[in-house]
Amino acid sequence: MIRPDAPVLLEIHDLQARVEDQPILKGVSLTVRAGEIHAVMGRNGSGKSTLSKVLAGHPAYTVTGGTVHYLGEDLLSLEPELRARAGLFLGFQYPVEIPGVSNLEFLRVATNARRAGKGEEELDTFAFEDLVRERLQVVQMDPAFLERSVNEGFSGGEKKRNEILQMALLDPLVAVLDETDSGLDIDALRIVAGGVNHLAGPDNATLLITHYQRLLDVITPDYVHVMAAGRILRTGGKELALELEERGYDWVDAELAALERTPAEVL
Amino acid sequence: MASSATVGDLVSQPYKYGFVTDIETEKIAKGLDEDVVRLISAKKMEPAFLLDFRLRSFRQWLQMEEPDWASLGHPPIDYQEMIYYAAPKQQEKKASLDEVDPKLLETFEKLGIPLSEQKRLSNVAVDAVFDSVSIATTYREKLAEHGVIFCSISEAVKDHADLIETYLGTVVPGNDNYFAALNSAVFSDGSFVFIPKGVACPMELSTYFRINSGDTGQFERTLIVAEEGASVSYLEGCTAPMFDTNQLHAAVVELVALDDASIKYSTVQNWYAGDENGKGGIYNFVTKRGQCRGDRSHISWTQVETGSAITWKYPSCVLQGADSVGEFYSVALTNHRQQADTGTKMIHVGPRTRSTIVSKGISAGHSSNSYRGLVQLGPKAVGARNYSQCDSMLIGDQAAANTYPYIRSQQPDASIEHEASTCRISADQLFYLQSRGIAFEEAVSMMVSGFCRDVFNQLPMEFAAEADKLLALKLEGSVG
Repeated sequence: MIRPDAPVLLEIHDLQARVEDQPILKGVSLTVRAGEIHAVMGRNGSGKSTLSKVLAGHPAYTVTGGTVHYLGEDLLSLEPELRARAGLFLGFQYPVEIPGVSNLEFLRVATNARRAGKGEEELDTFAFEDLVRERLQVVQMDPAFLERSVNEGFSGGEKKRNEILQMALLDPLVAVLDETDSGLDIDALRIVAGGVNHLAGPDNATLLITHYQRLLDVITPDYVHVMAAGRILRTGGKELALELEERGYDWVDAELAALERTPAEVL
Repeated sequence: MASSATVGDLVSQPYKYGFVTDIETEKIAKGLDEDVVRLISAKKMEPAFLLDFRLRSFRQWLQMEEPDWASLGHPPIDYQEMIYYAAPKQQEKKASLDEVDPKLLETFEKLGIPLSEQKRLSNVAVDAVFDSVSIATTYREKLAEHGVIFCSISEAVKDHADLIETYLGTVVPGNDNYFAALNSAVFSDGSFVFIPKGVACPMELSTYFRINSGDTGQFERTLIVAEEGASVSYLEGCTAPMFDTNQLHAAVVELVALDDASIKYSTVQNWYAGDENGKGGIYNFVTKRGQCRGDRSHISWTQVETGSAITWKYPSCVLQGADSVGEFYSVALTNHRQQADTGTKMIHVGPRTRSTIVSKGISAGHSSNSYRGLVQLGPKAVGARNYSQCDSMLIGDQAAANTYPYIRSQQPDASIEHEASTCRISADQLFYLQSRGIAFEEAVSMMVSGFCRDVFNQLPMEFAAEADKLLALKLEGSVG
């Protein structure tokens, strides 16, 4: 939902970042207001996943230029855990397994960290159990998953559902979902997308990072951005995604080549 | 990936027990010969049988060589450069704590072991050992009502000489190994526990060992006897000040369980580990062995080893009685330049004996952590069973973990299971937890406690939380 007067939640300006010595982001700018759903599309290696990691504060990525403001504050100076407590959420493309740490305990600690960030009081074990059981329905997850170690032995679809469950519990203001659709069969995709739609509201925003149109068939974006070689090449409405689907990414390459020949002209 | 500097920061939490108590100490001259052994025995006014035991052990020690089979490296130890007896100067041990030097009470208070009447840990009786002597034992009268003897071994030698003569050196003989022989010759103090027939000890017993002097070796001797049907849970804790030099700690612990008796022995070892470059720290060469002498008896070792520059320690069970049970639960954490070679021996002698081994090794920094365990099934151990599980966790990429299981079975039909695994705390796992609002340190500690849960569950409740905190503290500043 686009409302030009809605408050800006996330403001990315000319963001540049590298991993080791390899520059990946070469100047990304993006404004996200409350209530909006953005889709960031692009080929593998275009920098979409890096964008999500940099926003969440992954230590392997070094920001070399530009700014990111989140709720008006400098996001990049915050430790990853403080970003999360302030309501920034990253749904991982490959959620890691953490043997020995109970999923329930993990969810409770994370939820309470976020509640503290919102100035709410901690939930005790019982109150949390009630909450988690209610939120499980958003992703139609079996409560048995709570008793297991975090993501350990979960199938790809179960891991993604566990991500959306975390999103449901952490109540983010900006959710960045990195290839949430990858590796999902059609039923799991529907459940995950249903969860995302359920959680999207007028006060929060979602950034979907995806390769394919199929996720956008079930979650309708307000904006579609096409990334290539570390930049947003083009921004449009949902029809841009359809155009990509139809024409493939080849025209992106052509446009990119033009850009690299005469950057001043295009920019 | 986070830089390993971040990992380093987390592990390098300062050692908070490193202070030295300024107290006048009576020490004998450094060096070791037969006269020193006689002098120690004379200072303690020991009966002849004990002096004999010491001298026999000493003569055998002279014939022995320091073992070098463990995965440990250290410069040669000069046994003549060490002091073998040091005691805080005070009057004879007092019945009342009011007469104990307040500096000593203060020291233990600082270590979190209040000895004064008002502040005592509820339901835990404590024997406090400072350098070579025991300075106080709490709740003695209350225990005596149940017939339980809990006192320092020196007192036991005076007051219960018959029990000492009957049991001392029967589980770990004076010539058992190099360090045990040394201990048998020069041991200073330690705890004695005797639980009479049919008595379940009404409280946790605990000994707290504190090394204070810089040039003194510490050689404690602990003996626990549980008669038929008796049971006891015992915990030892250890700390030491920070010195640049290495101090030798060579203790011997003997446990005897008669028919249907049960002994649970827990250790939280936090000797000074040396600095991040490996300078200083305790050399911990300890022989711990329990004998399930009676049928259906039960001995359980639980250890949390976080300190010492070097740990060489294999708490073992000799399962002699039919249907007896031995258990070993261990968490060994090494960081910086620490080295640990630790594990257990389960010697199945009697029929249908059972043993369980759960070992968790955590190595961070440049440390090395080895599990070494023997499961032996003798010709009469018909129907014996063993289950072993050895897991290693690596933090950072400079640490080493090894597992050396030895299995010797003369029982073709015996059931022996061994499982081993190695994992690493990865930067991605930490980032995942952080990206959910969980701070770095807490993320590490969650993963480490999760890894150690099977062992911590075995600790007496009062100490499980403490162990959890201790590990978190040790790892603070270390992962990434």
